[in-house]
Amino acid sequence: MRFMMFMYPEITEADWNPSAEDVAAMGRYNEELRKAGLLLSLDGLHPPGEGARVKFSGGEVTVTDGPFAEAKEVVGGYWLIQARSKEEAVEWASRCPGQDCTIEVRRVFEMEDFPPDVRAAAEQA
Amino acid sequence: MPSSDPRRAIEAVWRIESARLVAGLARMVRDVGLAEDLAQDALVAALESWPRSGVPDNPGAWLMATAKNRAIDLMRRGARLERKQEELAREVGIRLALDGAELEAALDDEVGDELLGLMFVCCHPLLSRQARVALTLRLLGGLSTAEIARAFLVAEPTIAQRLVRAKRTLRDARVPFEVPRGDELAARLPAVLEAIYLVFNEGYAASAGEDWIRPALCEEALRLGRILAALAPAEPEAHGLIALLEIQASRAAARLAPDGQPVLLLDQDRNRWDPLLIGRGLAALKRAEALPGPLGPYGVQAAIAACHARAREAAETDWVRIAALYDALAQVAPSPVVELNRAVALTMAFGPEAGLELLDRIAAEPALAGYHLLPSVRGDALARLGRGAEAAAEFRRAAELTANARERELLLRRATECDRGPDLG
Repeated sequence: MRFMMFMYPEITEADWNPSAEDVAAMGRYNEELRKAGLLLSLDGLHPPGEGARVKFSGGEVTVTDGPFAEAKEVVGGYWLIQARSKEEAVEWASRCPGQDCTIEVRRVFEMEDFPPDVRAAAEQA
Repeated sequence: MPSSDPRRAIEAVWRIESARLVAGLARMVRDVGLAEDLAQDALVAALESWPRSGVPDNPGAWLMATAKNRAIDLMRRGARLERKQEELAREVGIRLALDGAELEAALDDEVGDELLGLMFVCCHPLLSRQARVALTLRLLGGLSTAEIARAFLVAEPTIAQRLVRAKRTLRDARVPFEVPRGDELAARLPAVLEAIYLVFNEGYAASAGEDWIRPALCEEALRLGRILAALAPAEPEAHGLIALLEIQASRAAARLAPDGQPVLLLDQDRNRWDPLLIGRGLAALKRAEALPGPLGPYGVQAAIAACHARAREAAETDWVRIAALYDALAQVAPSPVVELNRAVALTMAFGPEAGLELLDRIAAEPALAGYHLLPSVRGDALARLGRGAEAAAEFRRAAELTANARERELLLRRATECDRGPDLG
């Protein structure tokens, strides 16, 4: 099974760039995941202010560039790992050297998780 | 508390920590069987105390300290092991005096070595192939005896007995618990690679809808292969093996049709290949190629798999390169099966005559007698030459020989197609 671990840092955009110590600590954690043989990929993201939002409303598309005034929970990065259970993924997430942040652990859909009609639609695509 | 269900949370910790725990203990007590018992005792202690106290901040260190204390108790009681006692007590003292990151840094290399040492012990030449695989899954994968039995469709007592016997063999032979060096490493690495490869194949051979445990074997093999490559980065074959497994695993979603029928490599929908795993596999292959010396058997097989992975469509496959790689494989790991695959590549690269010529040369090979792929490959070459009737006969013969019901259907379907007319594909 695969799990996505989304990191939601509790920091403002002004403090977005991590310090050398933060990077070193995170590097050790990433290395631990890698050596455990279950790190599939990971990335850190630039702050949302440098990004954009593409919003659909009744089929209408609106594009808004950052920064966003109302942004509360924003993704700072993610890890994609292989784990044998949700509990194992949660245990790995809880070993992250985070200070003030939330990590959301979400299982990745696999084809087997879908009913036959959805699978058939995927086949057609 | 990392989870609402403490028991499941503890099991998760166990899965993460058990191999390192057993490895560290085995290096100390020089007996994998005893090490496993000590680790199990620590797990029982955790199951008793963590639901009340919560999972400790460093659960691995907690389990290790508990197991070592238990080891010391045992040794105090057992005069046989008296000499070890002092050494052990000193070691535990040292470890408890260190803490946090300092401890982790001090132990990092050592832990890696211990894990690698455990891999080599589990795949010791004194043990049968089957025993190596079972012991690897048990001690490095943390799988239960019941899970291993289910994975290999064998009765649980059989696996239990296999494990007991393997551990006894290792103890009786006083197998040294260390990573082999130099020539010995080169001689013993293939057994470790093979065990991981066998675990993968057992999972990969399973078809859709079967027991979840068998596909989980593929993930376990990938995990072990990645660990091995991280622990032995100077070994090209460690990278070669994981490259091969990542690329093979990338095809998992495409290799079975919705009705469970196997889909041949060239007929697979390549949009369903997993680009993440392909990328990982190609990167691992690059690491193998960057090391000095020619590629070994796994590396060459990975290079062949990479040729397929790089082709966006089957028609774009670089068959000339694949034929050359099979030639290389026949040098480093000669076998009739490799020749058979080389014949396929020759057919694709230079036409069915080239393939048939090689097939005729190996047709009498005793190792291929009764092997369904020989007539199957021959049927394919004949069909390409428009010799439909001969091709159909070969496909029927292959269908008789295969043990796999789905493959039989596929072969019979091809025979019928040949009956209908020449296959120009």
